[in-house]
Amino acid sequence: MPEFATALDSITRVHGVRGAMLVSVSDGLVVAESSMDGVDGAPVAALTASLAGRLRRTTEAAGRRLPTFIHLRAATGTVLAVPSNDDLLVVTIGAPDINVGLARLEMLHVAERGI
Amino acid sequence: MRAVEPWVEGPLAAFLDESAARLTLLMTSAGQVLAQHGFTRAFDVMSAAALGAGIMASTDELARLMDAPPFRALAHQGVQHGLFLSGFDTPQGRWIGLVVFGPESSLGLVQLFFQRLVADLAKQAPTEAPSNRVLGSDFEDELNASLRTLFGQ
Repeated sequence: MPEFATALDSITRVHGVRGAMLVSVSDGLVVAESSMDGVDGAPVAALTASLAGRLRRTTEAAGRRLPTFIHLRAATGTVLAVPSNDDLLVVTIGAPDINVGLARLEMLHVAERGI
Repeated sequence: MRAVEPWVEGPLAAFLDESAARLTLLMTSAGQVLAQHGFTRAFDVMSAAALGAGIMASTDELARLMDAPPFRALAHQGVQHGLFLSGFDTPQGRWIGLVVFGPESSLGLVQLFFQRLVADLAKQAPTEAPSNRVLGSDFEDELNASLRTLFGQ
């Protein structure tokens, strides 16, 4: 899956990013990951996919458009997620001082390419 | 949720709460049921336990034929439901977990919280060997006692 790795590498080059991965929303499983040193991707994938699925159902129930960008901030880190196609999610894990704007641009770019 | 061994209840309740599993069965590798959640008929529990133990025995044998360690888990994904089956070691011997989940959960969530369940069971388990072995003439009595516990009858 070199095309996945190349796409994710563009995200991991952003300041503050510790890792990026593609996650199957329905399964909550990691499809591909990049530079996840020291981060166990499986729990992040499962929980982020669950969160994205719940947000999707929430916005549908509220009659709103589906979320295009999810940003979770915690004291020691950040999780960003962008839905790609019907079942894939681009997920980025970063430090609290991550460059969110640039990371978001790169994630949207990966998602738009339809990977 | 009902369990034959009281110390199983805490870890299993936490797993059910976190994973949103619809059906869960914990059993020995021989198919003796130790805890269940979601089943309403004893017949279904005993059938599922026998089938689950049979599947694990088959995959263990396949692994042996390939000179590989036993497979840790097996998953089936259907249109409405998924099934996760995994063997794990406890101080009480080798157990099997069978989990059925719907679209409100996912394989990733079930795997994640099943790992925690296994770790919690290892912490909570009494270290001494099980006191009663279900063999021979005791089998029917033990089976009936387990079913009464599992279904509160």
